[in-house]
This record gives sequence, C-alpha cells and structure tokens, in this order.
Amino acid sequence: MTTSDTATDAQLSALEARFEDTIARSERIEPRDWMPEGYRKTLVRQIAQHAHSEIIGMQPEGNWITRAPSLRRKAILLAKVQDEAGHGLYLYSAAETLGVSRGELTEMLIEGRQKYSSIFNYPTLSYADVGTIGWLVDGAAICNQVPLCRTSYGPYGRAMIRVCKEESFHQRQGYELLMTMMQGTEEQRAMVQESVNRFWWPALMMFGPPDEDSPNTAQSMAWGIKRNTNDDLRQRFVDMSVPQAEALGVTFPDPDLKWNAERGHHDFGEPDWDEFMQVVKGNGPCNAQRIAHRRTAHEDGAWVREAALAFADRQREAARA
Amino acid sequence: MSGQDFTTEGGHGAVPLQGVPAAKPGHGSEREWPLYEVFVRGKRGLNHVHVGSLHAADDEMALRHARDVYTRRNEGVSVWVVQARHVAASSPDEKDPMFAPSGDKVYRHPTFYSIPDDVPHM
Ligand SMILES: [Fe+2]
Ligand SMILES: [Fe+2]
Repeated sequence: MTTSDTATDAQLSALEARFEDTIARSERIEPRDWMPEGYRKTLVRQIAQHAHSEIIGMQPEGNWITRAPSLRRKAILLAKVQDEAGHGLYLYSAAETLGVSRGELTEMLIEGRQKYSSIFNYPTLSYADVGTIGWLVDGAAICNQVPLCRTSYGPYGRAMIRVCKEESFHQRQGYELLMTMMQGTEEQRAMVQESVNRFWWPALMMFGPPDEDSPNTAQSMAWGIKRNTNDDLRQRFVDMSVPQAEALGVTFPDPDLKWNAERGHHDFGEPDWDEFMQVVKGNGPCNAQRIAHRRTAHEDGAWVREAALAFADRQREAARA
Repeated sequence: MSGQDFTTEGGHGAVPLQGVPAAKPGHGSEREWPLYEVFVRGKRGLNHVHVGSLHAADDEMALRHARDVYTRRNEGVSVWVVQARHVAASSPDEKDPMFAPSGDKVYRHPTFYSIPDDVPHM
C-alpha cells in the first residue's frame, strides 16, 4: 500500500473533526461521508435488527389473516402485514448503504446471530391480540420511531419518515378493532381485557432496560443516532396510553399505575427484566418457531431466486446475440 | 443486570447493540439479485425523486417491486429504476472540490447586483 491509500493521523483527525462538526450542526451524515467505524457498526446493528423486527413482526398477526371475522377485517389485516414487510425492506435498503448486503443480514437473522424485538416472541392467542398489537405494540413503535425521523444518519431518518406515515393507520385500525369488540358481548369485552393483560408488560419492555442499565445510550445520543433515553420514551408511552385505556374501558395489569400530580406523569411498576433477558436470549414462548418459519420461507424461496437470476442471465445473452 | 446494552431504537422494540455481529465474512453465501435505485415522480409537474433501493433479478421485476414497496398509497404516478452500479456519483461531501468553483462566483446570483429601489418589477 502506498501512503496515499492510508490516511495519516492528521488526515484522520481532520475527517473526525468534520464528522463531529456535521453532527453538531444537526446536519445529516450521508452514505459516502467518512464516518467512525463505531458509528457505522452501531448503525448497522440498529438498522438491521430494526428491519428484522419488521419482518418477524409479520408472523404474530399473519397468524390471524385466514381467520379474520369479516372480509373488511381481513383486507385491513393483509394491508397492515404488507406494510410491515415494506418497513423491513425500507430498512434493509438503508442498512445496505452502510456496506452490508441484504443476503448477509437475512442469514445472520436466521442463524440467530442478530436479534429482533422480543415483543414478537409472544404468541397471538386470540383475535383480540390483532387489535392490542395495533394499539399498544405499534403505539410503542411510534414512540420509538418518531424521534428517529431526526436521527443523524440520512437514509435511516428518511426510511423512518416513510414508516411513521404508515404506523398511524396501524395503531388506529387496532384501536378501532378493540372499540368494536368492547361494544359487543360480555365475552368479547373479556377477550379484550385478557389480551391487554398479556401485552401490557411486554409492550413496556419494548423501550429497553432502564437508563442506568444502558451503557451505550450516551454514545448513541452523542452521535445523534438516538434522540431520547429508554425511560423517557417509556414514560411518554405510559402517559399516552392511560387515557386511551380509559376511553376503551379496559385497565392495565399494574397496581402501581397512578397519576403523580407532582411529577405531572404517571407512576408505574417495574417490568420483569429477567423475563426480558430470557426472551432476548431465545427462551421466549415463540423464539424457535419464529426463526424456524423465517428460515423455511428463505430456504423454500432459494430456487425461485436462482431461477429468476438464470432467466435474467439468459435474456441478457439473447439480447446480445 | 445485563452488561449488554439494549437500545430502544430497534424501532419495534429494544435490540442488543453489543454481542451482535455487524457483518458476515464474504457477505453471505448466495449470489444476490442486483441492487436497483428507485426514483418516484410524486405527481405531475414534479421531478422524479430518489426514494430508496431494492433487489430484483431484472428491470421488469425491479419496476414491479418498486411499485409494491414504494407506492402503496398513491405516492407516485411514475417510477424509474436503475441498477445501482450504473449510477455515477460525486462525493456528497461538502468540502468536495467539485463544488468549490461555484463558491467564488457570486455574480451568478441576482442579489449580487444593486438596483435602486424605485425601479419597478426588478
Ligand atoms: Fe412497522
Ligand atoms: Fe406497524
């Protein structure tokens, strides 16, 4: 290698200074800009696993497509699940601008080396879960994703803007579904409450462990990747959800949940972080099933991907001849 | 508790930022469909704007996929796709010497010329 290929220390610190400067001015970093290796890797992990969450997230709800109670509900659910596929694709596309390939990310997902949000390792036991997921799980996702529209990495922020536009439909269809059930029979109301009871705590865990247990938060916030801390976002979500639950006529399974006039926020109990860690490690109710399903879909599709490439190759040769 | 950091911004939920690989040696085992860049005209009268990318085996498939991925809600009236390897690009870096010459040509801007206030329609 000649010296012109290797950045000297002085060149490197000039590049670093320019990067820091761009972040300080709240301008976006774009794919071909120089960036610190730690920034690039953190982004790849975050964006790739965000993409995996969207893709795996199709499964719990997809479970109910064939059993939706009406054509209207089926059409809505199909559109919602298709959106989640789209979210995954926007995000894989953003990750690829950082020098990784879609194929390698998919392989790291089905090999269990990269993770996805633990919320999707819980089963959807009743049709009310479709509504609860839209309301609480997509609701929590909105709290996370709205600040990400201003994240420092351009392609990630732009993907988030597209995603956020669609999430509002997801949350509203879920809430409307639950409202409809709450106006139904006693059994239907009980189904909604039972579903909310199961999803409330896992939804709170979506925001991640408490701030004091999140050692990377400071670095991610300094880089402008992350905009709010875990606890801030969780508080925002609780404060938003309580009046929505009241309007719906359901309760949350937390005896410590109450308004604190002094703080101007709701107090609430501590999620079971041991359970969270167990699910992340692969011991949740559906981890194995979710990955097995994704692996089967990927492997069963291999011949289609190969055949399409062979066909394209042949068309190109024919055009040349 | 964990020693592992979970960022909330896994989007749909917290995901670990440590103990997770950011790449695979050799970029994976399959030959992949080529990468296409996608441009959408939002409505008549506007330019096509870059919206993202996707993989497809050929141009026709790229157009079909672009329609499904990027225009599910009337986001466009026309789509262009082009293989990413055919895009020639300057470096977007602000200090790129390519854009330096325009910095000292202030006379290219209307504000360079002072005209008395009482001259109409200027
Ligand atoms: Fe999504
Ligand atoms: Fe969603």
